[in-house]
Amino acid sequence: MKVLVAVKRVIDYNVKIRVKPDHSDVDLTNVKMAMNPFCEIAVEEAVRLKEQGVASEIVAVTVGPKAAQEQLRTALALGADRAIHVETEARVESLAVAKLLKAVVDEEQPDLVILGKQAIDTDNNQTGQMLAALTGMPQGTFASKVDVKEGSVDVTREIDGGLQTVALTLPAVVTTDLRLNEPRYAKLPDIMKAKKKPLESKTPEALGVSVESGLELLGVETPAERKGGVKVGSVDELVEKLKTEAKVL
Amino acid sequence: MSILILAEQHDGELAAGTAHVVAAARAIGGDIDVLVAGEGVDAVAQAAAGLDGVSRVRVADDAVYAHQLAEPLAELLVALADDYTHVLAASSTTGKNVLPRLAALRDVAQISDILEVVGADTFKRPIYAGNAIATVRSSDPLKVITVRTTAFDAVADGGSAAIEPVSAEVSNPSSRFVGEELAQSDRPELGSAKIVISGGRGMGSGDNFKLLDGIADKLGAAIGASRAAVDAGFVPNDMQVGQTGKIVAPELYIAVGISGAIQHLAGMKDSKVIVAINKDEDAPIFQVADYGLVGDLFEILPALEQKL
Ligand SMILES: Cc1cc2nc3c(=O)[nH]c(=O)nc-3n(C[C@H](O)[C@H](O)[C@H](O)COP(=O)(O)OP(=O)(O)OC[C@H]3O[C@@H](n4cnc5c(N)ncnc54)[C@H](O)[C@@H]3O)c2cc1C
Ligand SMILES: Cc1cc2nc3c(=O)[nH]c(=O)nc-3n(C[C@H](O)[C@H](O)[C@H](O)COP(=O)(O)OP(=O)(O)OC[C@H]3O[C@@H](n4cnc5c(N)ncnc54)[C@H](O)[C@@H]3O)c2cc1C
Repeated sequence: MKVLVAVKRVIDYNVKIRVKPDHSDVDLTNVKMAMNPFCEIAVEEAVRLKEQGVASEIVAVTVGPKAAQEQLRTALALGADRAIHVETEARVESLAVAKLLKAVVDEEQPDLVILGKQAIDTDNNQTGQMLAALTGMPQGTFASKVDVKEGSVDVTREIDGGLQTVALTLPAVVTTDLRLNEPRYAKLPDIMKAKKKPLESKTPEALGVSVESGLELLGVETPAERKGGVKVGSVDELVEKLKTEAKVL
Repeated sequence: MSILILAEQHDGELAAGTAHVVAAARAIGGDIDVLVAGEGVDAVAQAAAGLDGVSRVRVADDAVYAHQLAEPLAELLVALADDYTHVLAASSTTGKNVLPRLAALRDVAQISDILEVVGADTFKRPIYAGNAIATVRSSDPLKVITVRTTAFDAVADGGSAAIEPVSAEVSNPSSRFVGEELAQSDRPELGSAKIVISGGRGMGSGDNFKLLDGIADKLGAAIGASRAAVDAGFVPNDMQVGQTGKIVAPELYIAVGISGAIQHLAGMKDSKVIVAINKDEDAPIFQVADYGLVGDLFEILPALEQKL
């Protein structure tokens, strides 16, 4: 079985972001970038499927600027067999990313596509669902367990009320939640080996996809800062303040 | 303008979130219809018809919509969307599952988790775990939007909308419901509770979460948790508050044994009053807390329960 994994280059989750002084966007100059944490979980799941003998080949794909090849190399070091870079400097919204991924799916014909449930920069939580719609595949979003069977996959999903399990016919799209697995770290020899694994570049034009979007970013602002309050000395004082000052009890 | 809202259901009832989505729809303006899709949804439809500002409730009652699977729901919405300029849902796990699928099938963008309606085509939404707020404008003919329910005050009851069945031929050959493990709780829903008390890794074990029970009982509060507490298996996933869990904005949020990582703050920093209980006086949670109490939670919690 062939597995396609989509990975996104995003700001490192530890970095505190700043809004540009002209409020046009978030300032990403010289900030540390990394693979989206949910995509790390997606890669890990694919690698585990290969280790179990369920998957035979893992292809990692990203859409983004030249520098996004770093994240593809990370995926290769973690165990992907080859990588596809759809190179664009444009701002690509979820729908365009999904269209580009569909073009890759059409070429690669994977049995399973694994994506993160959300990218921690735009927090959209859309791309996997859109890809599933465009390819006509069923979707198992927010997965905390993936169990591949003959011609189908059982996906346990983290939903608001608890957990839900669905059975999807393959090919299918799965998006990862936090508790699907704990990603490993890449080892140095694997990082070296990854440099020699195949990485193919494509352009949106070559894939026949327009990355234009009906969405326009008008501006970005910093939310109202919350100021720290006071420290209280005792439980009595806390309850007193909540009753008389904050009036929430 | 004409707006279709996908009703949110919870245990065979209309979930509280829908009344907040109707409020967002009223801010956009125009006729508001609510779609109730599911199996045996009379009670949900009745409740939706009572929401202020709703002109019509459309009901798709069929086994294919049971358990709110994304594939048939999106197909139904695609069939209905021609009549509308906007389709809205709560940014719940159902809304987030279904609406991007609809948007892609209609070849339009989807706008996630709006906080504010600036105009009928312009919205504010959080990015980077709420550390920035983006204003986006859509030129698409259909706007497909999920709504952060805590950002809009619920509309009142008192309406009496017409209830009409919809007929659409929807089949679902590719996905099948297998099972569900739903948390059983008599406490209020996390997303709509007036008071939330959450425990973090500092709680030490699932058993120790009982220390929060007595306090939650006295306050009528919902109980939440940090990711670390869920990952450690102290409590189930549906209790996680944060960027990638639930977003809450209660009158009072009490964080116990939680350090205050930005991913956690993203889920609770719009609470009206925040209380932090932590033994580390430098914990970042104190930077957003209105009232901080430094000390051992195992001493503080029993004392607090007694005092309430
Ligand atoms: C060069 C460049 C610069 C950008 N600059 C900005 C900016 O400054 N501000 C801004 O708000 N937006 C920016 N964007 C747009 C933003 O990144 C898109 O909205 C995004 O690529 C769409 O996915 P998402 O984050 O909404 O996905 P989500 O739906 O949240 O992501 C879910 C999953 O989809 C997959 N996925 C998403 N994107 C990609 C991708 N590009 N390649 C492979 N897999 C992917 C991943 O598996 C991810 O875990 C930029 C995009 C690019 C390419
Ligand atoms: C992609 C991604 C998404 C994430 N999403 C979320 C999310 O949605 N929600 C979320 O919460 N986190 C999320 N996180 C995790 C987040 O970064 C933190 O790791 C997590 O919030 C830490 O949980 P905590 O505060 O309970 O644990 P810790 O950071 O370990 O803090 C425990 C605190 O308890 C205190 N403590 C210990 N013992 C006692 C005692 N006896 N009495 C009093 N205080 C005590 C300590 O001083 C400490 O401050 C995410 C991370 C990533 C990478």
